[in-house]
Amino acid sequence: MSRRADPKANPALRSAKGIQMDPVAPDGKATVAMVAASFALALVFMFSPLARPAAPVGALFWTLTATLAVLASVGIRRTAAIRGTGGGFYASMTAALFGFWILYFWQLLVVAAEVPRVLLPSPALIVASLWDNLSTLGGDFVQTVIKAVLIGWALGCGLGFLVAIAIDRMPFLQRGLLPIASLTSAIPLVGVAPIAVMWFGFEWPSKAAVVVLMTFFPMLVSTLAGLQASQRLERELMHSYAASYLRTLWSLRLPSAVPFMFAALKVNASLALIGAIVAEFFGSPTTGLGFRISTEALKMNMTLVWAAVVVAAVTGTTAYALLSRLERRVAFWHPSVRGRK
Amino acid sequence: MAMTSKRHGHAAALGSQGAPIAVVLALIALVWYGLAIALNAQGAIERNLADVMWTWQDLVATTWAMERPVLPAPHQVALDLWASITGWPLSSPRNLLFHTAVTAESTLVGFILGTLLGLLLSIAIVHSRTLDRALLPWIVASQSVPVLAIAPIVLVILGSIGLTGVAPKAVIAMYLCFFPVTVAMVQGLRSPQVIETEMLHTYAASPWQALWMLRLPASLPFLFPALRVGVAAGLVGAMVAELPTGAQAGLGARLLTGSYYGQTIQIWSALVMSAVLGLVLTAAMAGLEHVVLRSRRQT
Repeated sequence: MSRRADPKANPALRSAKGIQMDPVAPDGKATVAMVAASFALALVFMFSPLARPAAPVGALFWTLTATLAVLASVGIRRTAAIRGTGGGFYASMTAALFGFWILYFWQLLVVAAEVPRVLLPSPALIVASLWDNLSTLGGDFVQTVIKAVLIGWALGCGLGFLVAIAIDRMPFLQRGLLPIASLTSAIPLVGVAPIAVMWFGFEWPSKAAVVVLMTFFPMLVSTLAGLQASQRLERELMHSYAASYLRTLWSLRLPSAVPFMFAALKVNASLALIGAIVAEFFGSPTTGLGFRISTEALKMNMTLVWAAVVVAAVTGTTAYALLSRLERRVAFWHPSVRGRK
Repeated sequence: MAMTSKRHGHAAALGSQGAPIAVVLALIALVWYGLAIALNAQGAIERNLADVMWTWQDLVATTWAMERPVLPAPHQVALDLWASITGWPLSSPRNLLFHTAVTAESTLVGFILGTLLGLLLSIAIVHSRTLDRALLPWIVASQSVPVLAIAPIVLVILGSIGLTGVAPKAVIAMYLCFFPVTVAMVQGLRSPQVIETEMLHTYAASPWQALWMLRLPASLPFLFPALRVGVAAGLVGAMVAELPTGAQAGLGARLLTGSYYGQTIQIWSALVMSAVLGLVLTAAMAGLEHVVLRSRRQT
């Protein structure tokens, strides 16, 4: 509540009600020292004989684990509560710290409690499997991402864009197509995968076809919405310059559609990954991330499944980050981009 | 409110859109029938018309009535749908509605659980700066990750602790619904203006009262679009979860068995049925939104 109601402007809001459940802003240096100390303790503990797989899990182990858990949560709370200069840095540090501790306790507890690998392999095993199967996973990456996803995504988005431009001057078609295109977001389009496999075979073209179908409609709808986004005043200005249709499209309406198109490109990047991976569940050659995930899961080789999931996740976030960076470069003038840091 | 007015305009425009939509649908049907001729012609000539003299009328009639066409004609799919719905009792696995009910059940169970989880977590995030900074970035980042890829892992884990049937499918639908609901609700719960929160503060309202009287009502316009996205994602999750489980029942299983045995018409009718299910589920969410937000519409 008081996050929006700026506490500096209205200190009564913060202190009187105790709505904010977090500690009062602590000192940055003390927090960093505390976090560093807990890191050191955590490292020593992890490599001590106490946390070895063979060691019996006793009271000492649990006491130390509980202490570390308390230290970790206090560290996260204190980092989260830091305000003022460097707030953005500390905000991302909080998330990183949280991620680190999750991984740490995952590793520690899975090893200590000897959780079966099928249930939950430890992060170290997943990384090791990633390293051991680097060439296999690399081949899967090329098969799924470079071939199916990238080609399908580019074709689907390109087609959506071209169709949007083509029917821009046909309001009748737009009124007919737009409601149908919007409805497709409710439909599990990935279900066409078995048909795509029948038509285009087991290789990557069938996956790319599914991806094209999944990415086409969001791009079409967003581009059409973006082309309508320019203001009436701006359009009238172009009109008063006697600008032709193409000139207006190029100088005004396409630039103002760019943020809409990037929104669709980003959504489509993750849709395309999902589409290609799920389409491989329906039938694929003996490579591909989706194939790897489904067959190794059947063989109960879960560390490799997790490794393939890690590859897919990293691909998704990287694609998103690259597109965001590109957006900032292309649409640097747009208010939605200027507002960001 | 902008969202409500937009939707309102959409609904009003729908009346004048009847003709364009009909034209576009007719175009799609035309292209479909044309494609059916083009794609099935070769198989028809080889398999059905090899020994007889045939005219182009025969060819067209054959391509629209094949048993295992490359692309079945729309009326074949419609007839197969009708036959599989009316030809068998509802409890029979040959009835498509039986499979639809199986998929809808796991979708809805997962959807309800995921929505509740998302609601609880978003309330916690809004009230805790720690959770806001530590957890929310991960939830937002996970939207760019193909989380559906861990479905086989979930199936194996739940299978090895003895959970089969609806539970694993519902869990997958649940976590797919959970992400959009959480992100949208955090936004929605923070949407009240400073002046509104300060007014509640001058009334000495407790955080719970502020949540119940201000934040939750203010978040509803954010919640419903997320519910529509969530239920559609949950349906995909439920269908994908049906693939590796031996494919006994459900629309996803129906798609898979159809592709095993080359029953193209069966695949298409399962596909049409899943589209109908998706549309019904999202329409139900839109109807719920309509009812809940009725008092807010300004006409």
